[in-house]
Amino acid sequence: MFRILVVAAAGLLAAPTVLAEDSIKIAIVGPMAFAQGENQWAGAEMARDEINKEGGISVGAKKRKIEIVRVDSNEIQSVPDATNAMERAVTREKADFVIGGFRSEAVLAMQEVAMDNKKIFLGCGAADAKLGANVEKDYERYKYWFRVAPLNSPGLGKTLFAVLGSIAGQIRTDLKKDTPKVAILAEKVMWTEAIVKAAQANLPKMKMEVVGLWQPSPNATDVTAELAAIDRAGADMVFTALSGPVGVVVGRQMGERKMRAVAFGINVEAQKDGFWEATAGKGNYVATLDTYAEVEMTPKMIPFVKAFKERYHKTPTYNAGTYDAIHLLKIVIEQAGTIDANKLVPLLEKTKYVGTGADLEFDKMHDPIWGLGKDTGIAVQWQNGKKVPFWPTEVKGMKKFGLPGES
Amino acid sequence: MFQDILVTGLVNGSAYALLAIGFSLIFGVARIVNIAHTAFYMLAAYFLYAALVQFGMGVVLSGVLAVVSVTLLSLVCYRLVIEPVRQHEAAVLIATIALALIFQELALRIFGGSYLGIPSAIEGVANVFGIAIPWQRLLILGVAAGVLLLSWFLLYRTRLGLAIRATANDLEVASLMGMDVNRVAMATVAISVGLAAIAGVSVAPVFVVDPFMWLAPLVTVLSVVVLGGLGSIKGSVVGALVIGYVEAITVFVLPQGAFLKGAVALSIMVIVLLVRPEGLFGVSFEEER
Repeated sequence: MFRILVVAAAGLLAAPTVLAEDSIKIAIVGPMAFAQGENQWAGAEMARDEINKEGGISVGAKKRKIEIVRVDSNEIQSVPDATNAMERAVTREKADFVIGGFRSEAVLAMQEVAMDNKKIFLGCGAADAKLGANVEKDYERYKYWFRVAPLNSPGLGKTLFAVLGSIAGQIRTDLKKDTPKVAILAEKVMWTEAIVKAAQANLPKMKMEVVGLWQPSPNATDVTAELAAIDRAGADMVFTALSGPVGVVVGRQMGERKMRAVAFGINVEAQKDGFWEATAGKGNYVATLDTYAEVEMTPKMIPFVKAFKERYHKTPTYNAGTYDAIHLLKIVIEQAGTIDANKLVPLLEKTKYVGTGADLEFDKMHDPIWGLGKDTGIAVQWQNGKKVPFWPTEVKGMKKFGLPGES
Repeated sequence: MFQDILVTGLVNGSAYALLAIGFSLIFGVARIVNIAHTAFYMLAAYFLYAALVQFGMGVVLSGVLAVVSVTLLSLVCYRLVIEPVRQHEAAVLIATIALALIFQELALRIFGGSYLGIPSAIEGVANVFGIAIPWQRLLILGVAAGVLLLSWFLLYRTRLGLAIRATANDLEVASLMGMDVNRVAMATVAISVGLAAIAGVSVAPVFVVDPFMWLAPLVTVLSVVVLGGLGSIKGSVVGALVIGYVEAITVFVLPQGAFLKGAVALSIMVIVLLVRPEGLFGVSFEEER
């Protein structure tokens, strides 16, 4: 009897190991104490549950379930922590694939670790162009990196200028200003450098006058001096490139000062549902690039956003692109019949995938190809406590962009 | 631009002064370099958020609750963490760093990493010399002035103030004269942290509340007290205004270098340490026993 119990106990203990060995292990690496990490994890959970419900991923003749592992990179606070997290995901957790990352500086460091270990790393957070440029520069080493979301910084720039042109048109018509004045307010970090340079070069060509460039720290808690100077310069628009808490501060303090200029650009904090509360209801008219809303950018977007809201009670941010990343992996693994990274890379390069946020197709830098109808992202504006999508205007469900002072 | 610099520097400098006075006071009296000072400021902001936004209490009640709770917490921390190692300055420094990090992690676990906003106590914008200034910022200016007056009254017109000044002047002699220097130090901790909590409650509605909000002000406060003179309250006020104005000038004159605000403050600190280590109003090290 004792022997039977011992054998049964051993069997029970061994069972999870057998399951774990059989599953495909995907590490979700991100700042888990923050909204970015929460969204990455949530998107991954939804994909895992959907795929596992159907029996898993077909690898050859065998169905293998997905196991996702939560790895906190703490990268918002510490880049070295992010590198350690990637080491842990690859060596201790023995993940087959890695998805996530947020802060460009941290993702560049994490990319090195993943490439050292020849692990496919699907980015769902960082925009810096250097991540893709590495692939072009040294293909054999960096070919395992693919960026699922967001667009790279030049791609984001293209969308920004397209939307900016549309807003400038509205200002010309509504405010009767032929040459709208634009203040550039970009936090001083790596990912904004290309955007700032492009804005300084392109805005005058688009018949807009750049009245100045202000570069606060991403963690600045006060921008009153910057906003006073922008007001003084007579800006009609504040072109933002903000990913840190300064995005909340800008929204709130612009509202408090009742500035006549309207803010548009990238404001990662304004993409979150909590922005309105964080600005104590002062963030009206703040507009930003975004990825998800209940509009028909792709056939999958509305069902995904609705399901996400139902499960997590909030709108997904672009970091929830982990959902698309896992589905993309499923497609190429099933095509290849293996999880061998070297066999999956060529398939990922060729795959065209209609995702929840965009029609994904990778260029030679393994970045999503930009283009209307492919991947542009959307633009949203906070209007009376609601995040309202307004661009691309031709997509069904878009609303009108509002200017301060307009009723 | 001149009016912008004048008003922005004054308003921001007053917020720094609120924080720096308490930091300087506790060093002047008890020789405690309390790195957790701005962490108490962060806790006060979270207490205010919880009481006002989550539990829906009134602004005044929430503010008072936040200041009282954080002050009481500081006394517990003093008895449990600081007092046992008070004689060892390095140990105090390390203990207060540890306290600050514990508070940060607790805030992160309880409230998460999201940035939180607190409604202003007074809505609207005032026009000062043609500059739009939110009323909440003018309130900070008023609170800073009031707290400054109150601190002066406490230190120069009460028996407790006399004891605090005597202890600050000469710890050993005060002890020999029969003063309970430990109780004086404890009272000073309470006053000092109370001031930090008042600062937290006042500025939280114009800033963003997050678990790391204590780090940037700590750098500024260190610059302010080194500039004004460690232990000098008058120096803290002057130092705070100087830093407030230097930051405003940096942003207005060098917009592309707005991110250098903190670096400029730190550079001033280093220059002062090299040229006049005792600061503008501090006690020269040679004069100390």
